[in-house]
Amino acid sequence: MLLIHCPYCNQTLPELEFTYAGEAHIARPADPSSVSDEEWRDFLFIRTNVKGPHYERWRHFHGCGRYFNAVRDTVSDRFLITYKTDDPRPELSKLLEKSK
Amino acid sequence: MSSFRVSGRGRVDHTQPIQFTFDGKKIKGFKGDTIASALLANGIHLMGRSFKYHRPRGAVTAGSEEPNALVGTRRGPGRFEPNTRATVQEIWDGLQVNSQNRYPSLSFDIGAINDKAYMLFSAGFYYKTFMWPKSFWDKVYEPFIRAAAGLGVSPTEPDPDHYASRYLHTDVLIIGAGPAGLAAALTAARAGSQVTLVDENPEAGGSLLSEPSAVIEDVPAWDWVAKTVAELKELGVKVMTRTTAIGYYHQNMVGLCEKLTDHLASPDAETPRERMWRVRAKQVVLAQGALEKPLVFDGNDRPGVMLAGSAQTYINRYGVRVGNKAVIVTSHDSAWYAAFDLADAGTTIAAIVDTRSEPNADLIAEATKRGIRIMAGHTVTGTEGRLRVKSVRVNPVTGSTVGQAEIIGCDCLLMSGGWTPSLHLFSHTKGTLKWDDERQTFLPDHKAEECEIAGAGRGLWGIEAVLNDGAEMGAAVAKSLGKKAKAASYGVANDRSGTGVSHKELPTDLDAGKARAFVDYQNDVTAKDLRLAVREGMRSIEHVKRYTTNGMATDQGKMSNINGLNIASDALGVPQPKVGLTTFRPPYTPTTFGAFCGYHKGSHFEVTRKTPIDSWAEENGAAYEPVSLWRRAWYFPKDGEDMHAAVSRECLATRASVGIFDASTLGKIEVVGPDSVEFMNRMYTNPWTKLAPGRARYGLLLGDDGFIRDDGVIGRLADDRFHVTTTTGGAARVLNMMEDYLQTEWPDLDVWLTSTTEQWATIALNGPNARKVLEPFVEGLDMSDEAFPHMSVAECRVGGFPARLFRISFTGEVGFEVNVPAHAGRALWEMLFEAGKKYDICPYGTETMHVLRAEKGYIIVGQDTDGTVTPHDAGLSWAIGKMKPDFVGKRGLARPDLVAEGRKQLIGLLTEDGKTKLEEGAQIVLDPNQPKPMKMVGHVTSSYHSDAAGRPIAMALLEDGFNRMGETIYIPMPDRVIKATVTGTVFYDPEGERLKL
Repeated sequence: MLLIHCPYCNQTLPELEFTYAGEAHIARPADPSSVSDEEWRDFLFIRTNVKGPHYERWRHFHGCGRYFNAVRDTVSDRFLITYKTDDPRPELSKLLEKSK
Repeated sequence: MSSFRVSGRGRVDHTQPIQFTFDGKKIKGFKGDTIASALLANGIHLMGRSFKYHRPRGAVTAGSEEPNALVGTRRGPGRFEPNTRATVQEIWDGLQVNSQNRYPSLSFDIGAINDKAYMLFSAGFYYKTFMWPKSFWDKVYEPFIRAAAGLGVSPTEPDPDHYASRYLHTDVLIIGAGPAGLAAALTAARAGSQVTLVDENPEAGGSLLSEPSAVIEDVPAWDWVAKTVAELKELGVKVMTRTTAIGYYHQNMVGLCEKLTDHLASPDAETPRERMWRVRAKQVVLAQGALEKPLVFDGNDRPGVMLAGSAQTYINRYGVRVGNKAVIVTSHDSAWYAAFDLADAGTTIAAIVDTRSEPNADLIAEATKRGIRIMAGHTVTGTEGRLRVKSVRVNPVTGSTVGQAEIIGCDCLLMSGGWTPSLHLFSHTKGTLKWDDERQTFLPDHKAEECEIAGAGRGLWGIEAVLNDGAEMGAAVAKSLGKKAKAASYGVANDRSGTGVSHKELPTDLDAGKARAFVDYQNDVTAKDLRLAVREGMRSIEHVKRYTTNGMATDQGKMSNINGLNIASDALGVPQPKVGLTTFRPPYTPTTFGAFCGYHKGSHFEVTRKTPIDSWAEENGAAYEPVSLWRRAWYFPKDGEDMHAAVSRECLATRASVGIFDASTLGKIEVVGPDSVEFMNRMYTNPWTKLAPGRARYGLLLGDDGFIRDDGVIGRLADDRFHVTTTTGGAARVLNMMEDYLQTEWPDLDVWLTSTTEQWATIALNGPNARKVLEPFVEGLDMSDEAFPHMSVAECRVGGFPARLFRISFTGEVGFEVNVPAHAGRALWEMLFEAGKKYDICPYGTETMHVLRAEKGYIIVGQDTDGTVTPHDAGLSWAIGKMKPDFVGKRGLARPDLVAEGRKQLIGLLTEDGKTKLEEGAQIVLDPNQPKPMKMVGHVTSSYHSDAAGRPIAMALLEDGFNRMGETIYIPMPDRVIKATVTGTVFYDPEGERLKL
């Protein structure tokens, strides 16, 4: 069972308290009516499905209830970082440097 | 006691005799015996029949890796366990043990015919032998295989035992209390670390228990173990025996299964049978030792053929000689010591057959001293004996030439093919392994977790080396926790270190194709099967494994893995590291379901949610149905009524006068805040800006893909406050979705969301007399049609309780839904029921609710929709706020597929004969005479008998349904084809006259 750091509670807690919420940094277009069918399709369905570090969302469902972002390696299941929703997308190279 | 028990030897208590039964026969043993050691002490080697060939089998090991000696154990009524390992289970007075997979008896088993037909059961036999004819599979092959194959039978009674689960946090978890684990624990604990030490055996000591002659720092091994355990306990170390580390998970979480009662004759009823520990450790030391490998030769599975190290354990730990006349066959020095120990205890050693041409000179000297015949550079090419080995066929090997055979009589054959480090748990962590050419085995390479591997697990051999390594690793983990630690240095006298070589199957002068040389005993896989798999094109070890089932039995190939690899590597012509190992997965040893379930069984398996009015329904004989986690009153049968009669009565009573219904399970979400209107406008399809406080509206929720997700009536209580209701099953999902959009897409909106589902009890009153029943209880509200029309909401008092009162209808009748605080739910229900008696008030359940709403064509999301239905498809286009710039799903509704012609649309169906009720889920076709497979154009979503309509009614999703009004469609059933006419979905009171007061 993973231990996950909630950036809002600033606590590391068991996976049981959290739910997975899909890929991160997929913003809903500000004016959906103005986007093309292809752009809307990509927003709805197209995901990166990476093998390796993956930007994704989690929710501290049985805790503070906040959604937050994380980078998790899909091979090792290891979290490289978790961060608040409005924090900038961390650069992968720096994260990998740090985890070494 | 039999002649196989050596008086005074071993750790069993010779003063405490114990009697148990094996296949009904009384067997005597001592306290401390396992089933296997007690049977062996009585000269019994035959303990079971094999999985596929029903070959007679005996214990081949003395530990948890045992593949053969699996037995059924009964510990009293309901307490039956199949496939108990006889080599692990401790005996107690009255234990009932039965052999498995044999008929009529263990010594005469007619299933053994399979052994003669072994050509049929070779690798991949499932895919080959039983291919043809197709019709034989169900009737002949499968029943035959099922009856013939297998081990124990599943218990048939409910498990009366209870199981516990606990969490544990520790600095250092040490797995294995052999020399490495004890030394590591001692070093880490002396340095001040908080240490937990676990071992699957009843006592600590590991391999030291089988080496009583070793002397550690001038202390005999067994005394050293006792002294060390005492010091550990004094240092506060948690020492857990009979506790197996079954799995090693992320971030140093280890699952432990502690067995508490299986070794007791009369356990305390309060004690759980097993306890599952979820341990989170800062550091883990894996000190699990090594497992001995068999050698692979024809007949290596007869009862009496056993691992040499296990024979050494039986004599030293249990005081049991496994035979009177033994032959040893080995490729490793360790088996020589087993021979010496047995010889010293009185067993005749007929010969030591070593595959190596020049064994260690010291060993030869020791053997010669004991007068043991040494056959170096020899191979074993066969054994004889039906239920017990009686002779061994031994041949000299010169280069690649196998010479003339000699037959040597014996009653046991002790083998050793060397040792394999036990790295199963390490592999669970995705730690990588590296092939070690010198030791011919895999050793740990890169670690994926905070752990160390100590002792034989790292390929070290000999007590001194292992103790010192354990101390080093104990110091290493303590240091990583910031402690000052110093590894002690141990000197060991009478240490028995050694080396060996690793083999594929042993060379033979006979037809190798006929050799029954077993690699995996439990799954009956032979060397020939592995070679056949490679010949038939399997290249990956994973494919070889699955094709032959090698290593797929409950022992997960603990004994067979490296032998299988050696043979596959030879057959493929590539070195072992290129072939690689298959993956080990938890659990390390078979674990009961009970241990995993823990407390979560029966009514604790899953929560049953009950409404505040549930107890009334129960007292009044409700039949229940589950709706998500809730149990809901389904209908209220009166004496002798079936469901149909009860529902029919409830429907009629509600439409004729008044019905009362518990709607408390409806999801409720309070949406509050200055921006709540804007939030509602964005979430739901409907326009909300102009909805005045005090008014309610049907709300439709889509996903951004444009499909219907949920619906419910939403009341506006104030400018900044909405009372949102959702479907019973959708409540949590809807709140989650709202939070997602609010937190991540529209953080600018000032809105709070609160689940209030369980704060309110909701009572629905429906029918022409609903207002008459309710009105006397209402304070602070004018309930006239003008002041409180259909689709209104108000805060008031009902029956003296603060209430939120809706005038809404899910039945087509005049309807009210009263929300009162949950604690007041039952009290108000009883008041209303009492007052309603003069109007023949009728309590109804979910089935009547379904019928009444279907008569009016009201959909149920999830029943009439399935995640591919748009508002237009469901006939709900009117609920779309077309003028709104955006809402969730608006853009989705414009997707090409969603605006295309010919989508499935929700329509009504009336069967042509006016009597037949359709089956929900039945498929619809346009032409019943078309050839099969027919083109299916839709399916029935809701179907009921309707008294109001005077006939059965149904709703269905039908391709281009809106354009097929009045057309006839067909519903093929197994016995007939039903004709039906496409209609609208409103079957009763289409003008809505009955909603008016």
